[in-house]
Amino acid sequence: MFEIIAQNIVSGIMVGALYGLAALGLSLVFGVLKILNVAHGELIMLGGYTTFWLFNLYGLDPFVSLLVVLPTIFVVGWLLHQGLFSRVVQLDEENRIKNSLLIGFGLTLVLQNLAIQLWTADERSVTPAYATAALELGGVRLPVIRLAGLIIAFLAVAGLELFLNRSYWGKAVRATAEDWQTAALTGINIKTTYLLTFGLGASLAGIAGTLVTVSFSISPFIGLQWTLKALIVVVLAGLGSIGGVLAAGILLGVTESLSAYYWGGEYRELVGLIIFLIVLSVRPQGLFGASE
Amino acid sequence: MKYGGWLIAGVLLAALLVTPQLPFSNNKILTILIQLFIVAAMASSWNILAGFAGQVNLGHAAFFGLGALTTRLMWLDGYPLALSFVAGGLVAALFALAIGFPALRLRGIYFAIGTLALAEALNETVSNILPGNSALPGPQLVSYELPSRYYLALGVVLVVVAVAYWLTQARLGLGMMSVRENEAAAQAIGINAFRHKLWAFIISAFLAGITGSAFAYFHVSYYYQHTFTPLWTFDAVLVTFVGGVGTVAGPILGAIFFVVIRDVLATNLTNFHQVIFGVLFILVVLILPGGFLELWDRLRVRMTNSK
Repeated sequence: MFEIIAQNIVSGIMVGALYGLAALGLSLVFGVLKILNVAHGELIMLGGYTTFWLFNLYGLDPFVSLLVVLPTIFVVGWLLHQGLFSRVVQLDEENRIKNSLLIGFGLTLVLQNLAIQLWTADERSVTPAYATAALELGGVRLPVIRLAGLIIAFLAVAGLELFLNRSYWGKAVRATAEDWQTAALTGINIKTTYLLTFGLGASLAGIAGTLVTVSFSISPFIGLQWTLKALIVVVLAGLGSIGGVLAAGILLGVTESLSAYYWGGEYRELVGLIIFLIVLSVRPQGLFGASE
Repeated sequence: MKYGGWLIAGVLLAALLVTPQLPFSNNKILTILIQLFIVAAMASSWNILAGFAGQVNLGHAAFFGLGALTTRLMWLDGYPLALSFVAGGLVAALFALAIGFPALRLRGIYFAIGTLALAEALNETVSNILPGNSALPGPQLVSYELPSRYYLALGVVLVVVAVAYWLTQARLGLGMMSVRENEAAAQAIGINAFRHKLWAFIISAFLAGITGSAFAYFHVSYYYQHTFTPLWTFDAVLVTFVGGVGTVAGPILGAIFFVVIRDVLATNLTNFHQVIFGVLFILVVLILPGGFLELWDRLRVRMTNSK
């Protein structure tokens, strides 16, 4: 009995870390650019397909493929921002959010249907030799792949924190998030900062995509469901709060996993959405966000 | 509206009314037109909340689904069609009333993602409770014919457009638009912003509900969940923006364009119409915020200027 619950909590933590990672890029972009990219899930899908094809065509290990996924999706994000979102960033706050939402929305359609054209609608996954390997810890089973995912999620958050706090460009990103006009006055190149942020957000989505491909499966249709998960996590954490994202993701993962245990798997998604709606109406600044 | 506009609308309506009686009319034409009516009604009903009152609702499919579900279940249970039809709209409107109080307190982006999540929660619930598909039983199948479906769908689109047009003339609709333009200023001149948004939400939901009812009456067999999928919302948003958001004719124009592209291209390239529409939609948002109608106006201005 105790072991089953412990197993559920541990599985929830591992899945939840992936939710957190999926939301990290979205939160970063929202916090800095004040735009909401609802095509974030499609970037996760693109990252997933990159890993899938590298594994399938060249036998590249999915975790090694991160070295390719990261720069590739960074470039995709860079181009998307240069071509589309940079035009929205100049608008006032309300129109900026609304128009970015709509553009992301059109992008969702384009990317999803292009993926169907290029790679068919089949569901795909990557199964390396160690796909079923697992560690045992006090009766709790830890699948190696999920465990690696957990570690990568923590590394990504740590890396992002380090970048934001220690590097020049990281500080530029934070300053821009705080107040872009003052940041511009101090000589920070806002355009480059925005591009960098969007590219970073995209490559974080790409990493999440790789982990989704090894832990679950991908198809051209997964975008919306991951965007929604990421949105739930971002709102739970508080829009724009990066620190709380991983914690909120893990909270969501554990809640889902426990509710699936008590009420059956079909209500897994529903519980997350209901929590989300309650938090949204009661505490719109999020669980970890500061109130205004 | 100018006389020319009324004339075009009248001729179009007369043509649509006699279409099923014409010798060249066949099931294929009627089916395409019914689908056109449903897309147009969905877009136009979405436009009432988003275009007039300025609230981007990304959960519009929920109301379509509720209307379809209510009508389908009641109708197949033996209730008269008219009653089941109205009930579909009412259930959707009641749902809007119930969720309107918490949801409309959310602003801008929060409203959009809140409604998206709400509709997804409903979508999940329906797929859990009613995973199967709904097929017409024997008697209904035997008596199935398209013209009655055609007239019902046409009736729905006429009602939706009439309501949208009325709103552009009425105090209620003008109040909605003032809330869209500047909520604080609207409040200052004595407009109850919340009540206007709630009315827009309820009207929009009722109209989406009866559109769902028309869908439920039209289809021989479909999965219950299908009417709740976010695709219905997405199509409505795209169509409205491409045609011209916040106008009466825009959603209709957009719907015609959408269905033509889908039915010309879908036969050869599955899903490719979505790519075209997605690109078009992005272009509209970026360079032509008024949609096709704005393009038309610009062309007209240019033509009169060059004379």
